[in-house]
Amino acid sequence: MSETPRNVSEMRPGDVGIIAGFTDEYLSVKLMEMGCLPGAPVRFNFKAPLGDPICISVSGYELSLRIEEAATISIVS
Amino acid sequence: MAIPNRQKVALVGNPNSGKSSLFNQLTGLKQKIGNFPGVTVEKRSGITTLPDGSSMEVIDLPGIYSIYPRSLDEKIVAEILLDHHAPSTPDKVIVIADATNLKRGLLLLSQIVDIGLPTILALNMMDLVAKAGISYDIKNLSKKLGIPVIPINARMGIGLEELKKAISKPLACPSKSIFRIWDEAKAPVQELRDSLGVDNDYEAYQFLEQPKSLSFLSKKDQEVVNEVRERFHFFPGKFQGAETIQRYGFIQDLLNEVTLRQTDFSWKNYSRKIDRILTHKVWGYALFFAILFLIFQSIFAWATFPMDMIDLLFANLSRYLHSVLPAGPLSSLLADGIVPGIGGIVIFVPQIAILFAFISILEESGYMARVVFLMDKLMRKFGLNGKSVVPLMSGVACAIPAIMATRTIDNWKERTITIFVTPLMSCSARLPVFTILIALIVPEQKVLGFFNLQGIALMALYLLGFVAALGSAWVMKQIIRVKERSFLIMELPTYRVPRWTNVGYTIVEKTKAFVVEAGKIIMSISIVLWVLASYGPGDHIPKAREYVLAETQASPLSGKNLEDRIAAYKLEHSYAGVIGKALEPGIQPLGYDWKIGIALVTSFAAREVFVGTMATIYSIGSSAGDNAATIKTRMREEIDPLTGGPRFTPAVGFSLLVFYTFAMQCMSTLAVVYRETKGWKWPLLQLCYMTALAYVSAWIVFHVLS
Repeated sequence: MSETPRNVSEMRPGDVGIIAGFTDEYLSVKLMEMGCLPGAPVRFNFKAPLGDPICISVSGYELSLRIEEAATISIVS
Repeated sequence: MAIPNRQKVALVGNPNSGKSSLFNQLTGLKQKIGNFPGVTVEKRSGITTLPDGSSMEVIDLPGIYSIYPRSLDEKIVAEILLDHHAPSTPDKVIVIADATNLKRGLLLLSQIVDIGLPTILALNMMDLVAKAGISYDIKNLSKKLGIPVIPINARMGIGLEELKKAISKPLACPSKSIFRIWDEAKAPVQELRDSLGVDNDYEAYQFLEQPKSLSFLSKKDQEVVNEVRERFHFFPGKFQGAETIQRYGFIQDLLNEVTLRQTDFSWKNYSRKIDRILTHKVWGYALFFAILFLIFQSIFAWATFPMDMIDLLFANLSRYLHSVLPAGPLSSLLADGIVPGIGGIVIFVPQIAILFAFISILEESGYMARVVFLMDKLMRKFGLNGKSVVPLMSGVACAIPAIMATRTIDNWKERTITIFVTPLMSCSARLPVFTILIALIVPEQKVLGFFNLQGIALMALYLLGFVAALGSAWVMKQIIRVKERSFLIMELPTYRVPRWTNVGYTIVEKTKAFVVEAGKIIMSISIVLWVLASYGPGDHIPKAREYVLAETQASPLSGKNLEDRIAAYKLEHSYAGVIGKALEPGIQPLGYDWKIGIALVTSFAAREVFVGTMATIYSIGSSAGDNAATIKTRMREEIDPLTGGPRFTPAVGFSLLVFYTFAMQCMSTLAVVYRETKGWKWPLLQLCYMTALAYVSAWIVFHVLS
């Protein structure tokens, strides 16, 4: 658990990171439109009760996305 | 008719930016729902009166995050805004943006400014902006963007006069482009501008980027665009990500300049606290099911009284018409075909209104996004999407608005599966059939002291429909293979108190859509069914009275009994009766006779007709149609000539219940599915599948129980 998260899906509730880039081009466009921009801080808020999807805060917006989508957002923390 | 040169203004904005509030404030009750030409997306438009006394048409476009569409709803926005030479092209565009967080709103605005239509920016939620301690240099923002910027509070109607003044003034097209087009794209863009006469660079650029949103272009022009795109090796979507980054760069610089006082978003903390409960692993689901329970309870408890009133009203109207009009086929068509047909539509208005009141409150408050959040993982196991929950829930009232609500699902496969299985949810039209059959075969007694056995049976049927819907979805998930990706990147909006006028407008709008859409089909089918039930081969129908008198010579009937017997005789010898008898061999394995066959035929258009047909065929007379007790008694006395025992044994009753739970007996649903899937493939598959499911299940139930 001590390993530093490399993408948003590996984060734990309360964690904050900076978006470094995206690993999926198709999704990256949608994610950027919704406010997930490279360089923006992202906060992992909470998971849905079944573990998926998750809720994050980015650019002042609350977004919900699935784990597999969160895994395409690389972060540096 | 519309005044030909009345100006049109389109309302564009992100979801949750307060667009519907602004639309309702601008147009009030002067709204109408139509269709955009050639597409099935609903067009909400209305008339607003400007300060100078003139009026303007306001078109409400679906909420979008960018000009690049994701779902069907969003595609229409791209098409309307890119087509600059159609009668439907807006003269002006109002972009409404949530001023508490402008980034996303400005992304959309910057794209629309570049498309080159005269644009105004309305900064909404200025009250929350003040509360959050943010302040903007609006003059500077307007100067930098080159367009008028008007601060408003759409919920309270503040700033509307200024906004109207700004729309009524002549407005030039934005001259400067925010986005700097890539060097690689300059040549094809220039070529398109020369060959097709496209107004500006970004519009031409969009032609290259969005081949799927160009249905407004002629075949020849589309070919020109395709040819240019191929010759320059321009792949759609190639630069979309880079464009977004460039635009956000501009927006960040702009915001740094015009934001006088920044704030943290701690004012949103209350929303996070609510989320802690509403998405809690225990309380979250408990509350969701409590809300569902409340909705069902209200639909059935509150709607009963107005529904009874409507039923009575139309029954009386029908009787009144019979008494005042001269006897003849036209009067009969009016009194027995058209009036009950309209009654059959209007009777669902209370339930639909209540359902949409709840759905609209849940959506306005921001809770619906949390329902999607809670249910997504579960629904995905069945090939559905978190967003399928709303249509499935709505399906309990009526499949028609439910299927229309699937447009928010952007994945084709998940949307098609949702459309396909929604009619399996037990809709309110099945309720009268369920009620009467349950009353007939399930004893009225309490179990464990307080559970009503009949109530449990009813709930079990609803559950059966739900399980069948999920099961069918799972099967379809295995069958349909597509490459299209499913994603759920969705905003969880800040919780807000619903705006009650918006709730009111939604109720009116959805109810109207149902009455008109379903009404057209139910009306025409009721006329066909009236013909089938009123005419027949030979002279049995015109001479029904003589035949019945001859039959009953031994024990003559009189008065009402005679009339009822004649009505039953007519139905038996009508075309509907002929079809019913022809069906008998096919439905005998399910335990049904030709009388039930007639009811199956007449309820093909709409299930609830079953009760009325049963009433007529058992000679109770249609006027007693609302008297369930009479029908029940009569059905209980019906004897099966083969066994000598009662006709409606538990086996037959349950078999019928299961049949009605699964069968696709709703023409209006089929018509809506046709409209939504743009073809006959899915509605026909649905009809075959559901009929087969109903037949086989009813057969199993009948044989297991008898």
